[in-house]
Amino acid sequence: MDSQRRAALREGGVLAVLLAAGMLGPDTARAEWNRAAFDSKSVGETLSALGLGGAAASQAIALEVPEIAENGAVVPVKVSTELPRVDRIAVLVEKNPTMLSAVFTLPADTEASIVTRVKMAETCQVIVAVRSDGKVYTVSKQVKVTLGGCGG
Amino acid sequence: MGDPMKIRAAVHASVTEVKVLMQHPMETGFRKDDTGAAVPAWFITEVTAKHNDRVVMQAMFGTSISKNPYLAFRFKGGVPGDRVTLHWVDNHGDQRSDESIIV
Repeated sequence: MDSQRRAALREGGVLAVLLAAGMLGPDTARAEWNRAAFDSKSVGETLSALGLGGAAASQAIALEVPEIAENGAVVPVKVSTELPRVDRIAVLVEKNPTMLSAVFTLPADTEASIVTRVKMAETCQVIVAVRSDGKVYTVSKQVKVTLGGCGG
Repeated sequence: MGDPMKIRAAVHASVTEVKVLMQHPMETGFRKDDTGAAVPAWFITEVTAKHNDRVVMQAMFGTSISKNPYLAFRFKGGVPGDRVTLHWVDNHGDQRSDESIIV
């Protein structure tokens, strides 16, 4: 009990010093943008850089994407799963110059349900990885792209 | 500063669904303009959502999120009248914060 109190005081002291030094803003919980993950050129490397290595394919993730995307600039992606304690969801587009589109970090009271829109350079797999209870699961679906959304 | 986000937050059966439309060019850095010059990458890198003062969603975006990013997510614990705040930062260091009241 007493040692816990001392530890708490000590940590409080360290926090106060960091705050005073301006090293911690109000958004301390905000993670740094993960450059390594966004620069990775393979699915495996990207997932490892996100702490999502060792993924196993799973039918328990619902991934809704169009079969055919006439406009690769705007492809809706909907991910949801009933898997327990999901704290991270990553969306990857296999053949984009930057493979990783987005990674979501979800606290306990947020449901594993995300909708967004991605660009797709060409027909390929959309890959989703979900971390549930410390284990990583993936699902992928092909989207046919008739007009690429990453060119110019 | 960027242009304002459109945020809708509605609670049904104790789950609050938030829908957000951000205004941002989300340039990939791979596109060329009419003169053939490369358009530099300009994109939102991080998004944070709060329910009152509690973080309910954090996202890191890459360049392949569509222009004017759309995002929907769901959390438990919101009631009508509560505040939902969205905040983004882009790779130029620009940022924007907007809020909406749960209905």
